[in-house]
Amino acid sequence: MFGANLFANLDEMVAIILFGIGFTTLLFNRNIIKKIIGFNIMDTAVFFFLASMGYIEGRAAPIVVNGVTSSEAYINPIPSGLVLTGIVVSVSVTAMMLALSIRLYRRYHTLYLDEIYMFAQKEDK
Amino acid sequence: MDFIKNFPFFGIMLTMLAAIISLPMHGKMAKRISLFVFSVETLLAAAVLFYTLQTGESFVYIMGHIGAPWGNELRAGVLEGLMACFFSLVMLLSITGGSKHLILDIEESKRNFYFVMTDLLMGALLALIYTNDIFTAYVFIEISTIAACGILMIREIGRTTLAALRYMIFSLLGSGLFLIGIVLMYDLTGHLLMQNMRDSVELLVSEGQFIIPLTVAISLMTLGMAIKSGLFPFHFWVPDTYGYSTPASGSILSGLVSKGYILILIKIYCRVIGWENVTQSGITDVLFVFGLAGIIVGSISAIHQNDIRRMVAFSSAAQIGYIFMGVGLGTSAGLAAACFHVLCHAITKPLLFISASGLSDASEGSKLFRDLQGSGYRNRWAGLGFTVGALSMVGMPMFTGFISKILFASASVQVSLGKMLPTLIVLAISTVLNAVYFLRTVIRIYTPAERELEVPVRIKWHEQRSYVVVLVVFVALNLVLGLLSQYITDAIQLGLTMFS
Repeated sequence: MFGANLFANLDEMVAIILFGIGFTTLLFNRNIIKKIIGFNIMDTAVFFFLASMGYIEGRAAPIVVNGVTSSEAYINPIPSGLVLTGIVVSVSVTAMMLALSIRLYRRYHTLYLDEIYMFAQKEDK
Repeated sequence: MDFIKNFPFFGIMLTMLAAIISLPMHGKMAKRISLFVFSVETLLAAAVLFYTLQTGESFVYIMGHIGAPWGNELRAGVLEGLMACFFSLVMLLSITGGSKHLILDIEESKRNFYFVMTDLLMGALLALIYTNDIFTAYVFIEISTIAACGILMIREIGRTTLAALRYMIFSLLGSGLFLIGIVLMYDLTGHLLMQNMRDSVELLVSEGQFIIPLTVAISLMTLGMAIKSGLFPFHFWVPDTYGYSTPASGSILSGLVSKGYILILIKIYCRVIGWENVTQSGITDVLFVFGLAGIIVGSISAIHQNDIRRMVAFSSAAQIGYIFMGVGLGTSAGLAAACFHVLCHAITKPLLFISASGLSDASEGSKLFRDLQGSGYRNRWAGLGFTVGALSMVGMPMFTGFISKILFASASVQVSLGKMLPTLIVLAISTVLNAVYFLRTVIRIYTPAERELEVPVRIKWHEQRSYVVVLVVFVALNLVLGLLSQYITDAIQLGLTMFS
């Protein structure tokens, strides 16, 4: 039946909804800062998806403590590693976007893309 | 000879090293380092190409001797070697040809950053070509996005900054979709290395499990890369990005960066999902439709422009449409034609951008058609370069554009009537449209100017030696690809068979 697994996969569902919210904000919002926030929501949703997929109930983070070396005791470290890599990428991209917005704000004194576009077209003429 | 197996890795590390070394250098020194690195890259990639051609098989380079399924791998075959060789060469030529404008457009204190960015961009492109690990591909896609945005925004005028922001927004939408796509794939297959993923995908398909999630993952990755390479209807950022940047950046972005994304998509299709599974999922049909629409819309938009740079930029959107149309045909012949067109466009578009900048220089810096009248006489070399590029894009025999069109047409004959007719019709229409806007421009630049320029300029060859050499090399490459196309298409076919 459609939707039977919906509550079993609640985390994934939430992640996809968050991804959608972030994606549409990045695409449709006219304010640059809100666009950047949207981008961060989008990327965080992916990390949440990865983290929830990589977590197995009852197992610990993959750091050996108290001499327990059985692989059954720990979760797979790769999804967590991917999340960390993804966070690094997302931080650098955010920094780049913020730098661009500062430069645009200094020049046009607004954060709304429509207005910036209008001013830029006026500049051409 | 086995030492050559290290070359892909050396190539990527060399660019990273050059970027770090260039950081404290002056602009001039940084430029020399970059040009040296790009020449070395060309030779390294050529060695890889000849090695794989000779052995007749691809090789895998295991990083740090940690084998599959845990380690990270590079993989090189004929197609990878060929692409890497051409890309490094085009990078070298674009920067040399645009160097006069780099001095004009970029503040002196920031010039070294430009070359740091181009080094990183080259490294990212090489990594995209060679990598065998899908998450590494994602990381280098982001690196190339940031570096591409860097070489765009370094020209500090309002329009370029705005273009950089829009480019960044669309790139992020694309890479976000690609990221969730690969996360889904990882979720389904449990692997990140392409070969292991392929085995798992085969297993899933043969058992008929998780077909819908698999299709969703492929669609997300395809959509992401289509946005990033500027396929219709996501081509809004293209004209501003390519049109307002400094000529070298415009050439690199349109000729190489967008192609890097297409190549990684083709690689994922063939190496991860399997070409048959992709064609069965119907995604190629969707790409086919959007490719055709992109060709027509891009060409019509190009006709409406009154600015030479924006016209060439819109033509890029149309050419991306050609490539996706080839992929969308869903046959290996179509895929080979698409790969050939990647090469064709990678050498023709930089030629057009760089010669257009020479024509503007001879017309008081204006990019408008009415001011460019007669510029073909004022800067004869740029005029020649633009004419050759235009004829190649229109599809004149002898030049590479003709071979591309022949390959697309002959690939379309092998598929069903429903795809053959649209392909042939659109090819015919687009040739006419290309002829309208390109030949109109060529006629314009060779029509004697009606008004005298305030300062009559006539740029002679000893004022622009390296620029002329670059144009001549581009023209020669165009002829080589056009006249010796058989060798190139054979190599592409061989490379594609090595993929699976």
